[in-house]
Amino acid sequence: MPIPDLGILLFLGLCGLIVGSAFMVVTSPNLVHSAVSLLFTFFGIAAIYIYLYADFIAATQVVVYVGGILVLIIFGVMLTNKIENATITSKTHNQIPGALFSGILLLLQFYAIFNTKWLVNDNPEKSSTVMDIGELLLGKYLLPFEVVSILLLSALIGAAMLSRKKVD
Amino acid sequence: MDYIQPYLMLSSILFSMGIYAVITRKNAVAILMGIELILNACNINFVTFNRFGNFATLDGHVFTMFVIVLAAAEAAVALAIIINLFKNIGTVDVDQAKEMKG
Repeated sequence: MPIPDLGILLFLGLCGLIVGSAFMVVTSPNLVHSAVSLLFTFFGIAAIYIYLYADFIAATQVVVYVGGILVLIIFGVMLTNKIENATITSKTHNQIPGALFSGILLLLQFYAIFNTKWLVNDNPEKSSTVMDIGELLLGKYLLPFEVVSILLLSALIGAAMLSRKKVD
Repeated sequence: MDYIQPYLMLSSILFSMGIYAVITRKNAVAILMGIELILNACNINFVTFNRFGNFATLDGHVFTMFVIVLAAAEAAVALAIIINLFKNIGTVDVDQAKEMKG
């Protein structure tokens, strides 16, 4: 029996981690458990980016998602529950229609994935993607880059204005 | 892994789970988590097609950066709105937010 490649074993383990923790995120009745499972999902996805030769995106995923968005979500969970509720639970509804709809969606996507002849180029691994991304961001995609930075600034100002206390 | 299918399967599973969370959850923060899963599935697709497609440049990575920035902006605004909702009606159950229902 041939010994399977260690990289493939690690990939399968990562997929199991991502899918398992994502399942916890969508089904756990305790919202804090959901938020902590989301941490494992984001870390696993960062590792998948490294498999895809995207080192800078992996670092950005860890910094922005794990360090920023996840903390925001945990703040949201903590700030929107009354202290008297010792366990932060969340009811679910529409399980059967939801499972049917997402299952059908999943089957359609799998059908498309396995019945398409994908163009598979084995692009060589780049030693670092940072320089190419920087050249694209400040060259070809300069206008979208500036627009998205203004959008982020206005969204943050709007969020701060929405959530501050009203002073008359 | 030199095949494209495992990555696409992973991203489609994440996408379907996000849709399931958006449909079944009642808590607004949990719905936000489902949306984050959907955005991550889309990012995996961008990077996968950039890795296996016939591209000399890294346009997919740049688009992934844009999606991450938009996800950050969306999370900040959505949480501000959710906290306002909690201040106004005392719960984040989206079924209770029906004041404007005709």
